[in-house]
Amino acid sequence: MSGIPAPTGNIIEVEDLHTHFPVRTGLFSRGSTDVVRAVDGVTFDIEAGEVFGLVGESGSGKTTLGRSLLKLVQPTSGAVRYQGRDLVPLSEKDMRPLRRELGLIFQDPNASLNPAMTIAQGVGHPLRIHDLVNGRVQVRQRVGEMLERVGLSPPDLFLDKYPEDLSGGQKQRLVIARALITHPTFVVADEPVAALDMSVRARVLELMLELQRDLGLTYLFITHDLATARFLCDRIGILYLGNLVEWGSYEKLFDSPQHPYTQALLDAIPLPDPSRRGRHRRLPAGEMPDALLMPAGCRFHPRCPEAFEPCGWEGIDLVDYLEDRWTEVDADTFEAELAATGPLDSLHVSRQEVRFPHGEPEALVRLLEELRGRGAHPLFKVLSDISRDGHGVSVTFGEGPEPDLQHVDGRQVACHLHGVVPRERDDGK
Amino acid sequence: MTGEPVLSARDLRVGYRTPKGPLWAVDGIDLDLYPGESVGLVGESGCGKSSLGRALLNLMPPGGQVRGSARVGDQDVVGASANTLRRMRGEQVALVFQEPMTRLDPLMRVSDHFVEAIRAHRPKTSKAEAHRMAQEALAQMGIPPTRVANYPHEFSGGMRQRIMIAMGIVLRPRLLIADEPTTALDVIVEAQILDILSRLRSDEQVGILLITHNLGIVAETCDRVAVMYAGKIVEIGSVEQVFNHPKHPYTQGLLASTISLDTTELHSIAGFPPDLVDPPPGCRFAPRCPDVMPHCTDAVPAFAEPEPGHRAACYLYPGAERALTGQASGPPQGQLR
Repeated sequence: MSGIPAPTGNIIEVEDLHTHFPVRTGLFSRGSTDVVRAVDGVTFDIEAGEVFGLVGESGSGKTTLGRSLLKLVQPTSGAVRYQGRDLVPLSEKDMRPLRRELGLIFQDPNASLNPAMTIAQGVGHPLRIHDLVNGRVQVRQRVGEMLERVGLSPPDLFLDKYPEDLSGGQKQRLVIARALITHPTFVVADEPVAALDMSVRARVLELMLELQRDLGLTYLFITHDLATARFLCDRIGILYLGNLVEWGSYEKLFDSPQHPYTQALLDAIPLPDPSRRGRHRRLPAGEMPDALLMPAGCRFHPRCPEAFEPCGWEGIDLVDYLEDRWTEVDADTFEAELAATGPLDSLHVSRQEVRFPHGEPEALVRLLEELRGRGAHPLFKVLSDISRDGHGVSVTFGEGPEPDLQHVDGRQVACHLHGVVPRERDDGK
Repeated sequence: MTGEPVLSARDLRVGYRTPKGPLWAVDGIDLDLYPGESVGLVGESGCGKSSLGRALLNLMPPGGQVRGSARVGDQDVVGASANTLRRMRGEQVALVFQEPMTRLDPLMRVSDHFVEAIRAHRPKTSKAEAHRMAQEALAQMGIPPTRVANYPHEFSGGMRQRIMIAMGIVLRPRLLIADEPTTALDVIVEAQILDILSRLRSDEQVGILLITHNLGIVAETCDRVAVMYAGKIVEIGSVEQVFNHPKHPYTQGLLASTISLDTTELHSIAGFPPDLVDPPPGCRFAPRCPDVMPHCTDAVPAFAEPEPGHRAACYLYPGAERALTGQASGPPQGQLR
């Protein structure tokens, strides 16, 4: 997959891309910074003329990845080859001539249209920035042509209006016109229809497909909506916490998903068909964690309905399991078990270990052994040790490697269910 | 359906004054909801579905007016005193909104929200008892008892919505109005929350009015569905009836334009919804309707009932023409003051 600048039809080749943001943690943590690994080692390619769908939930890093490809945020490491040329090391000055070839369509029209500019000025703005026209008359002519193309016609009706005079669907056409006015070749469309009502959504999608054919565009279509991605995209990548967990052709992903997260997303989609109600679904527990609290091993393992021994069980998983268990037991059992563990904020929790310094050691060991004995949760299979530790109890966990992408049935999947393939990391330095 | 409805709205209207003039956002709606039943209220932005939800608790912004009647249990919400309304909210009817964070006080522990809410209705409840009730309601929503004393910001979006639902049901109301309860959530968390609502309905016989723009959610979780367009219900029936055999051309267009996993062709509805300050005469969908007939603009069509329990306000079906002969209710009576 990697290393070879292939003479294929790829317009974009992304290789081990990392985009990390330093953040200050806590209000008074002077100077101490943590790193959010928004994009964390992503490798894929986009063929010229295709629609590549990037699907993920909020916080998956899909917007950051899209912007990293356009160098609107600076990647930390890795490569983004656009027509064979790596954009990552380029300075902003070297990027400028390329900017007109790279377009971005935003979700929120109000954020990408200057309310103080007329439509002629706003949509024509990129032409001026890139010095592609001489004078006002030419701008109006080019904008007029583009408005016609996106279905805002006759253009004379719109040129001197302001964005606020238009409806939601019309505004989104305007955003598309602005993004395409410089005749880009590669366009990132970030949730372009998410804010639109269903009855007008189709019209904007049809317009995007028509423009793709007429102008020879390649799209990266970023969305949280698998149904739209399935209809629109040739290939699709599923992003979870900064990693692609599965990517390949839309048929492969939808007909036989190989990553439990892809399966979960498909299962969760509400279908407008009452006869399919009550179909078998396996919903994951919980929500995508904060990117600062990245799970060990496979990032999806704490929620995965199919997680097993090698998936990366760690200290916090035991605490989460106990808390979850306490929503199901009766109040007396909860009180007794909480007394055994001691207050949860007194625990020392790390990747390999949980120490319970303030509980009732005997009761706790008995509880943990009982849970382990009946395999109450897969994590108990990789508890390497439950031991008395002074006045407390200490529980240690074995290793669980992070899964690398592997070829399975015509697509790339990062999941240990298909054989444990540990991932090598250079930590994106 | 069995027993008395938990909600019964008759000719319900919600009016606002806007800079462009007064308008009826909800314009004469009849709706019944029974214990343990889940009714979906669907429509696109601006159709009046959220105004309707708020009107059922008489939660109106300044200048908003509610007319007609909306009985919850044996009490009419419209015209009820502030005291009566306060008592009803929480004890008889609960409202769950789209954005839970805006409804929780960031400086109050979750447990204190519960204590306050419970004691507002039952002042004699001891703090310990209120805590126990909170813990039980939260556990039912999957929130661990160890988190009861945390602050709202310490929870994720889905957990906050669970907390809001737990607060809504802690006093065991018989009606829950959920206004886009999952719109701000990701699809997996959305499915989790919808499962919780379904369980409330089947285990506790809570009646649920689910207000949403998402037809998939309605098909997954509701017994009946009411489709709203421009302030009016245009079609109502069981989800099987409405999804399998939609009668109103707007419902047909809305279903066709919904993109699902089976979509192979895109459809949309031509035109835009009308300006409610000056609604078009007769059927409000007529200007966009592919099946429009000359008399469609003469009067607002009455409900036809092409099959039992399945009603559509459309002249394509016999019965709707009652409106033309003046036998059905005409345009809104009464002025917006």
